[in-house]
Amino acid sequence: MTTRISIQTHDFDVNAEIAALTEGRSDIGAVVTFSGLVRGDDSLTAMTLEHYPGMTEREIAAHVAEAEGRWPLLGVTVIHRVGRLLPGARIVLVAVASSHRGAAFAAAEFLMDYLKTRAPFWKEEERAGDTRWVEARASDDDAAKRWR
Amino acid sequence: MTLVYFAWVRQKVGAGEERIALPAEVTTVAELAAFLRAKGGGYAEAFADDKRLRVAINQEHAGWDAPVTDADEIAFFPPVTGG
Repeated sequence: MTTRISIQTHDFDVNAEIAALTEGRSDIGAVVTFSGLVRGDDSLTAMTLEHYPGMTEREIAAHVAEAEGRWPLLGVTVIHRVGRLLPGARIVLVAVASSHRGAAFAAAEFLMDYLKTRAPFWKEEERAGDTRWVEARASDDDAAKRWR
Repeated sequence: MTLVYFAWVRQKVGAGEERIALPAEVTTVAELAAFLRAKGGGYAEAFADDKRLRVAINQEHAGWDAPVTDADEIAFFPPVTGG
């Protein structure tokens, strides 16, 4: 299986990432992608993401390996942006390739649920000149627990 | 040992990383947190409530009763909010 994990400040191109996953292959029947965007609600003006270099990549790689053990996957790409992002910007991409859609949908959801609860990223929101660290949500923990 | 801090823990402590000599009486994460809390100032604020903090030892999630050694990299941070 091909795996690509990138923590980066710059934007990503979803179509280019799908093309990279599938290029030159005829065994892939399904690619599921999830894109996360900065939601500009409650007059949010910007969001800054911080991560733990090294641990973040390891944590994501461990969960990609776990997904590969659970479903017959042919390729996984996880891209997570860090730094200061404006409303509407892409933050995260999970792309999963498999022979059939069931495995691709399930693995993409599994990876997103674990990304939100285990991968060391933190978000600080800016509103009207004030900054505030985002609190973890119990609903995200509940979503990840479904997979245990 | 190396201590690393993220998000508001980093801001309260006033540094992202520091090296300290592990005191002989400190053998677990909980004891390390208590030692840091006792330094006062920003440390006391950052470590005021253990329940608001998470910890990693050598870049792996760990619990409060996990053992620590002087060779470890210990990270303290709030619950993660990525994705």
